[in-house]
Amino acid sequence: MDNQPVAEGKKYTGWRLFWHSVVARSYPRVIGQQRDTSWMLFDVIMPLGSVIAYVMVYRALKAPDQYVGFVVMGGAMTAFWMNVLWSMSSQLYWEKEQGNLALYIMAPNSMMSILLGMALGGMVATLLRAVVITLLGSLLFGVQYVVASPFELFGVFAISMVALYGMGMMFASAFLLFGREAWAISDMVTEPVNLVSGLYFPIKSLPFWIAAAASIIPLTLGLDAMRQLAFASGFKIGFLTPRVEILILVALSVFFLVGAKLLLDYTEKLAIREGRLTEARR
Amino acid sequence: MDVSRSAVSRSEAIRSFKTAAWLGWQITSNWTDPFLFAIYSIIRPISRAAILVVMYGVITQGNFTNPLFPCIYLGNAFYTYVFTVMNGVSWAVIEDREHYQTLKYMYIAPIRIPFYLLGRGVAGFLTASLSVLITILAGVLFLQVSFDPLRANWLLFFVSLFIGVIMLSMMGLVLAAFSLLVVRHASFMAEGVSGVLFLFSGAIYPLEVLPIWLRPIGFAIPITYWLELMRRSLIGNVAQAFPTLARFSNMQLLGLLAGLSFLFGVIAVFVFRYCDRLARERGLIDRTTNY
Repeated sequence: MDNQPVAEGKKYTGWRLFWHSVVARSYPRVIGQQRDTSWMLFDVIMPLGSVIAYVMVYRALKAPDQYVGFVVMGGAMTAFWMNVLWSMSSQLYWEKEQGNLALYIMAPNSMMSILLGMALGGMVATLLRAVVITLLGSLLFGVQYVVASPFELFGVFAISMVALYGMGMMFASAFLLFGREAWAISDMVTEPVNLVSGLYFPIKSLPFWIAAAASIIPLTLGLDAMRQLAFASGFKIGFLTPRVEILILVALSVFFLVGAKLLLDYTEKLAIREGRLTEARR
Repeated sequence: MDVSRSAVSRSEAIRSFKTAAWLGWQITSNWTDPFLFAIYSIIRPISRAAILVVMYGVITQGNFTNPLFPCIYLGNAFYTYVFTVMNGVSWAVIEDREHYQTLKYMYIAPIRIPFYLLGRGVAGFLTASLSVLITILAGVLFLQVSFDPLRANWLLFFVSLFIGVIMLSMMGLVLAAFSLLVVRHASFMAEGVSGVLFLFSGAIYPLEVLPIWLRPIGFAIPITYWLELMRRSLIGNVAQAFPTLARFSNMQLLGLLAGLSFLFGVIAVFVFRYCDRLARERGLIDRTTNY
């Protein structure tokens, strides 16, 4: 029995291998969340805490009610940003620390499929948290949405996610090259991005050129367009029209996905040439 | 004999604290050059302050002379200490146990573990001090935060700061104690706890904004009184903007802060002893959980 050869499984190549790798890498992200639901406590409570704090500031300042809605929507989108930063950008670095990176590189699948799997799995898992934050925030503070075009709103959200996770895929390779500094860099950029992407206020409030520069972060334009499409007075606070913002987001998606591929190829070459990329340095 | 044992014990505690402070500083700062490290240390609190400044500016049309603004600004600036000091102490458990995998060696070395952990919080205190200083300077120079160094009550400031940092260190020790036992979520503990305390301590809004049934939580935590004292020591009377504690004099607030800090300190010692014993009994000191 012991000498019997292992039953030959299906051999996947090409796009089938690519797709199966994507599914395999996204699987632990989605299923892991179901198996350990205690993560939800931290993933929901912590962003919700910030949402409540900023809502209270607006209440103390006697701000119009629409700002409460802006904060709730920003808080929900924070979940995606945190996921991209800590579970996409820093992920290859964590994988290296845990010893999985070498296995990924040695396996016959494309590294792009691994990153894409991480992105899809992360997106699905985070979507649930974002929905919970939106529901709780809206119920707690009585936020009212006026959605004229649900299709357009969903389209903006979807393209924002593609661009945002594309950026995460590109950063994953970059952060791997930074080595030990990856953790510090993730930590360092969290709050500045919260600031310039207008998570808690309309991006139009910032000087034009700062808002324009911040538009390289997909969260900025995605959130701005979604606020315009989801609130009655949203169009008054828009930085650009939703149509223009959608076009820019499409361009950003292409840019980040191509950038991710190029940077990943470079990282793999470096791994083969120097043989040091997978060593964990403490 | 007892005197000699006590002297050895004291020297061990001091040595543990000093060495841990030096080690903590090296771990915190030596991953990059000093310039980048300085930017890293200040960019987070400055950005957080800037978020509040923009929010405030949008709603008030840029009226930064309102007394509410310096209260929000300073409360937010000083709150930097809360996360940084608590995290500095509690994160040492995760870092040593999981990342460097040296906690077991620390436990068999001739050091005092609680003093070692408290020492690891010193680096956090130093980086927080730098960022608080720069945040306040930016507020004074660019945002009309009404602070006059000649009129500030420096004695009250330093006494409050001293008590506050000890109080935060002891709260960090409680989190460190729980970190010894918790499997997966220890790394989020300081952030989660400081986030929750942020809501109830009146750091960036007066407690009156909270629903009435939530306000007692704010009155029960020493951070509320500490932040009030820090504000009062620098800008004087804040009652107009933050009326919550207006009926208390500075000395009463200081007494409340000292009393609650002492209480938290005693709780911290007992909680740490209990969790430490459990962690030893269950063999958790050298556990790794792929945090």
